[in-house]
Amino acid sequence: MQVPNSLRGGPDERGHFGIYGGRFVAETLMPLVLELETAYGAARQDPGFHAELDYYLKHYVGRPSPLYFAERLTRHFGGAKLYLKRDELNHTGAHKINNVLGQTLLAGRMGKRRIIAETGAGQHGVATATACALFDLPCVVYMGATDIERQKPNVFRMKLLGAEVIPVHSGTATLKDAMNEALRDWVAHVEDTFYVIGSVAGPHPYPAMVRDFQSVIGHETRVQLEKAEGRLPDTLVACIGGGSNAMGLFHPFLDMPHVAMIGVEAGGHGIETGLHSASLTGGRPGVLHGSRSYLLQDEDGQIRDAHSISAGLDYPGVGPEHAWLHDIGRIQYVSITDQEALEAFQLSSRMEGIIPALEPAHALAHVAKIAPTLPREHLIVMNMCGRGDKDIFAVADHLGVKL
Amino acid sequence: MSRIESRFAALREEGRVGLVTYLTAGDPDSDTSLRLFAGLAAAGADLIEIGMPFSDPMADGPVIQEAGQRALKQGMNLRGTLALASELRRADEATPIVLMGYYNPIYRYGPGTFSHDAVAAGIDGVIVVDLPPEEDGELATPARDAGLDLIRLATPTSDDHRLPLIVERASGFLYYVAIAGITGTRSADSADVVTAVARLRRFTRLPIAVGFGIRTPEQAAQVACAADAAVVGTALVQRLALNLDPDGRAKPGLVDAVLADVRALATGVREARR
Repeated sequence: MQVPNSLRGGPDERGHFGIYGGRFVAETLMPLVLELETAYGAARQDPGFHAELDYYLKHYVGRPSPLYFAERLTRHFGGAKLYLKRDELNHTGAHKINNVLGQTLLAGRMGKRRIIAETGAGQHGVATATACALFDLPCVVYMGATDIERQKPNVFRMKLLGAEVIPVHSGTATLKDAMNEALRDWVAHVEDTFYVIGSVAGPHPYPAMVRDFQSVIGHETRVQLEKAEGRLPDTLVACIGGGSNAMGLFHPFLDMPHVAMIGVEAGGHGIETGLHSASLTGGRPGVLHGSRSYLLQDEDGQIRDAHSISAGLDYPGVGPEHAWLHDIGRIQYVSITDQEALEAFQLSSRMEGIIPALEPAHALAHVAKIAPTLPREHLIVMNMCGRGDKDIFAVADHLGVKL
Repeated sequence: MSRIESRFAALREEGRVGLVTYLTAGDPDSDTSLRLFAGLAAAGADLIEIGMPFSDPMADGPVIQEAGQRALKQGMNLRGTLALASELRRADEATPIVLMGYYNPIYRYGPGTFSHDAVAAGIDGVIVVDLPPEEDGELATPARDAGLDLIRLATPTSDDHRLPLIVERASGFLYYVAIAGITGTRSADSADVVTAVARLRRFTRLPIAVGFGIRTPEQAAQVACAADAAVVGTALVQRLALNLDPDGRAKPGLVDAVLADVRALATGVREARR
């Protein structure tokens, strides 16, 4: 496999990262995807667009998010020095809003007045509903009926924000089916609708565009760590469902060979049980939702159900750029089980007073494994990409506590 | 001359348009499915489309989604779909058979092996909904080498700028998706279809089949006036679904009920140009 001089130049003009990515959509959507690519290309070059986005990121989201030295956890692990990138402090409680504001502003530039989105845990749905309230746009969020059941607070939030939440009963009634349904909606409303995709997935240009909007995480981290420690990090750690928070943290550092990166997938009950969401560790290349990437699938190419305690990681695919970075070995991908994530969830709550979302609890569980083995001068930055308010009911349930 | 070419040539000679029928392979079970497909030609289908079941059919409405789920639950897969086609071909040398579905099962199977096995099974063409011209090279090349037509789709959003790319390497026939939407959700407007087909003819000499949004013999007849063939899928799958018992098993009259609809559609299409 040929590896280019810079790892940050992708995708190519057809939207490919190596063999991954691309535009595998119905012909009806091709002109729309091409129109989006042109519009995003223009916005990217426009200082006015960036100024507007930066304004909202600062005054509405509360960026930059702090880079916090987790002193007690560091002492507890007894090895590497741990910093947490506090994206859970963003308005709406996760990194999702960074991308949603970018896409919603782009929709405005393109004259698209109707916004649709898919959501799993509900964080992307809440962020999208929030941006639509802010910019006075009608918003339709597709959510699997199973996820609606396990994420009730977020469903109510979206409704409060004025969004219409449509339950999806087809297939397995989870995130992948919500995405199918959003694509079906888009095909049927080609004139006025903008589809805000929540991860570095979907057809080109979404994986690159979402990555660009999330890269604010990595850019801030670099400046903040420079200030705190006067140098680059040694290891970056982030959880991976579709992979947008990880890509946002990692991408600005890809060309710095001494910065190690670890993506943490949801291992569910364990990779060996088959009940997991670890597409890179336990899947194979395939085509779904507009791009080629690693997928959980059977011998016949039928998509398999993903399993995770975290609804936000419960997706049978992963962004195509991760698939490429996996194959060329630039990023290490590992998995953490439900049980390990639950333990890290409680550890962070008790030791730092930060109740993490179950998603970054997976990242912390991996930090707990490696930090003790590393020297004290080793700097780890972990993306605390979401807060755990939404998860307290699910966690209580797993711990056998009745609320 | 391929079976598809011969069939459209014969239709032209007869001065009529063709009827293309869609059913999903293995729905509601292998045995019933085979009996259904085997009866289509005699009931008036000029070209048979076999749906390859897929877990995530993003261009299909609920009716065809459920057909795929029923078939998958019965253990149908791409290998089984090819075997079904092969069985049909043994009994009928003339009627063209076209597969329709999504790319991932073909990718998993291997585009080269798939093309070879499809032709060996007597299949004439393949329609892959999520494989636009920008991405279809890896299937188009082995398909062409094997003699399998890769049938491309044009839609209401395909403008004059895009159509040359679509027809460039199209073969067999061109499939015009009559609505911007998924299968079985709304009816095609026949005036729009007439305009659209006239526009397509400026770009290609291939026969044009129109599908998505055609449910009744009357609609089929209206659309048929402009095109070379009308495709009906959801309406037939819905008839099939109405003939299932609460456990999803075929009731005794299922095959006859679906084939009766095919006969009515065939009559509608045949009366179109009189």
